[in-house]
Amino acid sequence: MNNQNLTHYLYGLADNALILGQRLSELCGHGPTLETDIALTNIALDLLGQTRSYYQYIANLSHENLSEDDVAFLRKEHEYRNVLLVEQPNADFAYVITRQYFFDVFHFLMLEKLQNSKDLNLKAIAQKSIKEVSYHKRFSGDWLKRLGDGTELSQEKVQNAVNDLWVFTNELFETSKADQTVLKELQIESPETFKSDYYKIISSTLEEAKLNVPEVTYFQEGGKQGIHSEHMGYILADMQYMQRTYPDMKW
Amino acid sequence: MKKNWPLWEVFVRSKNGLEHRHFGSLHAPDAEIALNNARDVYTRRKEGVSIWVVESKYIKASNPDDNSELFDPADDKAYRHPTFYDLPDDVEHM
Repeated sequence: MNNQNLTHYLYGLADNALILGQRLSELCGHGPTLETDIALTNIALDLLGQTRSYYQYIANLSHENLSEDDVAFLRKEHEYRNVLLVEQPNADFAYVITRQYFFDVFHFLMLEKLQNSKDLNLKAIAQKSIKEVSYHKRFSGDWLKRLGDGTELSQEKVQNAVNDLWVFTNELFETSKADQTVLKELQIESPETFKSDYYKIISSTLEEAKLNVPEVTYFQEGGKQGIHSEHMGYILADMQYMQRTYPDMKW
Repeated sequence: MKKNWPLWEVFVRSKNGLEHRHFGSLHAPDAEIALNNARDVYTRRKEGVSIWVVESKYIKASNPDDNSELFDPADDKAYRHPTFYDLPDDVEHM
C-alpha cells in the first residue's frame, strides 16, 4: 500500500470529523437549551475522538516523526480535505441540525462499508465510531422532524436550511484518483455505491418532517480538493491559534 | 403558546438486576427527546443500561403537612425492618 495515497484518503475521513467537531464546539455554552447544548458538545467530542484515531494513524505512517497535533494544527488551508458542508456556519439551530443530519447519514453509511475494510486499523476505528454516529443520526433526525413538523416559524427556518445546505451534499460522494486506488486496494465500497440509498433516506426523513426535497441539480464542491469556502480561514485561525503562537505547546 | 418545555423526571437502571433510580430531571418537548436528553445528560459515561422518563406533572407527591400522619406512627416500630436476620453473603444489593 502506497503510504501517500493512504494518508491522502485518511485526511478525507479525518478532516470532516475535525472541522465539524470544531464547528460544534463553538456552540459549547451557547446551545439553545442546556440539554441540547450538552448533546451537541457530546457529538463534538465524539467527532474529535474519531479524528484523533485517524490522525494517530497518519502520524504513524509518516517518516518525518509527525505527531497528531502537527497533523491537526499545522497544515495550511488548502491541505485540509474536508467537504464544504461541515465548514458551513452555525447560522441557527435549524442549520446546525440540518448540517448534522446531512452529514450523519453519510457518515453512518460510510462507516458501515469501512467496517469491512481489509485495513485492520480502519476497521477498528469504524467499528468503534459507528455506535457513536448511530446516535448522532438519531439525535439530528429526531430534531429535523420536530422542527419541520413543528411551528410555522420552525418549519420555515429548517426549510431554508435544507434548501441552502442541499447543494453541499453531492460532494460527500466525490473521490479523487488516489482515493479510488485506496478504496480498491483495501476493498472498501466506493461512496458512489450508497449514494442512492443516501438520498432515499434523506428524502424520506424530509417527507416525514413535512419538508420539501429541493429540486437542485447544481452542486457545490471543492473542499476535498483543498478549495474551501470563505469560512474555512476563520475556523483555522481559531483552531490553530495556540499551536501557531506557542509552537509545540502541550496541555 | 407555552414558552418552556415541560419538565421530565429521569430514572436510570445502572445494572441489570437493580431497580431504576431517580437520577434527576430535565426539560424536553416530548418523550422521545426526553430519552435522548437523558442519555446525553446522565448516561454518557456508562452509568446505565436502561432509562425511564416520565413527565413530572404525572407524579403525585405527598404533602409535607401530612408527614405526622404518614410517617410518625412508624417511629417506635423498628421491628418492621427486617434487620433481625442474618443475610447470607451471596445475597447482593440488599
